[in-house]
Amino acid sequence: MSPLLDLCGVTVEFATAESGPRRGRSRMRAVDGVSLSVSDGEIVGLVGESGCGKTTLARAIVKLVPLAGGTIHLDGRDMGALSGAKLRAARSTVQMIFQDPYASLNPRMTVFDAIAEPLRVHRRLRGKALVEETGRLMESVGLARRLVRKYPHEFSGGQRQRIAVARALAVRPRLILADEPVSSLDVSIQAQVLNLLSDLKNRMKLAMLFISHDLSVVRYLSHRIAVMYRGRIVEEGDAKPVFETPAHPYTRALMSAIPVPDPSRPFRPPPLRSDALSAGTLTHGCRFRDRCPMATEACAELDPKLEALHPSSSHRAACLRKHEKPA
Amino acid sequence: MPILSAVNLRTHFHTRHGVVRAVDGVSLSVEQNEIVGIVGESGCGKTVLCQSIMGLIPVPPAHVSYDKMSLDGEPLHTADERAMRAIRGNHMTMIFQDPMTALNPYMRISDQIAEPLRIHRGTRRADALPKALDALKAVGIPQPESRIRQYPHEFSGGMRQRVCIAMALITEPKLLFADEPTTALDVTVQAQILALLKELQARYGVAIVFVTHDFGVVAGLCDRVMVMYAGKVVESAPTAALFARPEHPYTEALLRALPARAARGQGLRTIAGQPPDLARQIDGCAFAPRCEYATPECTSVEMKLSACGSGHTTACLRMQKGEIGELGNRGAE
Repeated sequence: MSPLLDLCGVTVEFATAESGPRRGRSRMRAVDGVSLSVSDGEIVGLVGESGCGKTTLARAIVKLVPLAGGTIHLDGRDMGALSGAKLRAARSTVQMIFQDPYASLNPRMTVFDAIAEPLRVHRRLRGKALVEETGRLMESVGLARRLVRKYPHEFSGGQRQRIAVARALAVRPRLILADEPVSSLDVSIQAQVLNLLSDLKNRMKLAMLFISHDLSVVRYLSHRIAVMYRGRIVEEGDAKPVFETPAHPYTRALMSAIPVPDPSRPFRPPPLRSDALSAGTLTHGCRFRDRCPMATEACAELDPKLEALHPSSSHRAACLRKHEKPA
Repeated sequence: MPILSAVNLRTHFHTRHGVVRAVDGVSLSVEQNEIVGIVGESGCGKTVLCQSIMGLIPVPPAHVSYDKMSLDGEPLHTADERAMRAIRGNHMTMIFQDPMTALNPYMRISDQIAEPLRIHRGTRRADALPKALDALKAVGIPQPESRIRQYPHEFSGGMRQRVCIAMALITEPKLLFADEPTTALDVTVQAQILALLKELQARYGVAIVFVTHDFGVVAGLCDRVMVMYAGKVVESAPTAALFARPEHPYTEALLRALPARAARGQGLRTIAGQPPDLARQIDGCAFAPRCEYATPECTSVEMKLSACGSGHTTACLRMQKGEIGELGNRGAE
């Protein structure tokens, strides 16, 4: 059986000059040949620093940005070949939840209007059925039916994010793209939304691509983890092995950089040589080598491929020295 | 003698919707060489607390009052703008969450770092610039000789925050307020900035008040922690004690809501309800409506911070009645 979402060599480019004499001359590769799949009912966590291309990848999946290369298959259909009514139908299979619930809900629409809109468009519900379904969706995210006539500003951040989840569920998607859904929320509120997402996973067997820079959140929720660095996936595998025995030096640096809420664990900064933005843009070889504590001359010449650690393993890493123990 | 001592600080904002008690009777004392963390959720008053001490809150609309406030033994009058100008940016400095807006985009890094020396010490530009270069070296910026001539937009977020730190420490202040200085940065950069702060703190002996909402950062950096809720301190303890034995129900609930402390697949404990509207009069404990241990008494009795262990205080009625804490469980020490 083919996976629900299948990305093959997905590449997205942006023109670095939108206008002026250099328009179209230079292009920046935000996503560089990403292959990744999400099966039915599976939660895949996508982690990486700001600017690594994780949000752009999610936007490419729903065709919010055009592809420069590669293919996206959703439920066996090639998204690139679809247009018009067929594309609209395919899009109801996948829904997005955004980081900022203050920005993703229209302040002039009541919660009812926000949730009813996809029901009208995609499921053609009207009248009583529409009211009933809206109320049911509100309850499924733990909000009372009667709140449906209120406006977004009358809700807290956590409640707004739940409304965004309810709206995403309205079209009965099979895949949710959650782009940093809890990053702007306070700890106690974050817990509510994480519990809701975890509950949906168990109850509705939803598949999810969960994007976050917070590894503890990703670990809590995901079956599988993909680590992205400068537009590429550098490590991928089941959550447990990736967290317990990370093979890529970048994953290890990311793990050691997370502040752990445990004062008995001494704090040590990750062994990185510079920070992401002050490092130059590398166009050949390993893109991480200028920050990598393990880089050798070979890293500048060979472009490491994402390969399985062992022939039978699903744990893959893109590093020439992936089998070596960290220094 | 503490470097900073503030007793019963209140910052109230007079708004159309009533008086908002953003900081309501907080006492803060910071010793030399100490890093004190202030944690709490958005809107709990942690930033306003620091800005009130720095004299950065505009009065009016705010009303700032306190029983006593001193910096290194000298009384501090936050209302006296002339006096504050001589202290702020000199003996007491601050770094902010967003290093881009904290820097002047029109000024070279060199002049920005040298500015505090020129203003507070009257140092000539020619003498101040070498010191700025030393400061830039101390915060670990590569190629400082060429970077110092650049403008803020030529620096990454982490490097900008390093520039802010250099600027904040160049006058060798006694106290540094760090208001969520790593929240806008990536985790790997955050780790580097935290390591730098810790190193500089050890080298210069500056006391730091570190505001954050991240318990991970607190655990790695701070000697002592104060937990704030609705403008008040609800618990204060040495870091290890706070994580080992959180006594206030709010602290306990916050720690249980952290995904890093939960096992995978196990539900996270949430805190029901929302923080109170600070424009309304709150009787008794502000956390009582969300507290699982609350009794009817909690909304009528005035909460006081009372000792529940060595250097550990909490503002909970159960503590006052001796039901929890080392004193309650083991008898008086």
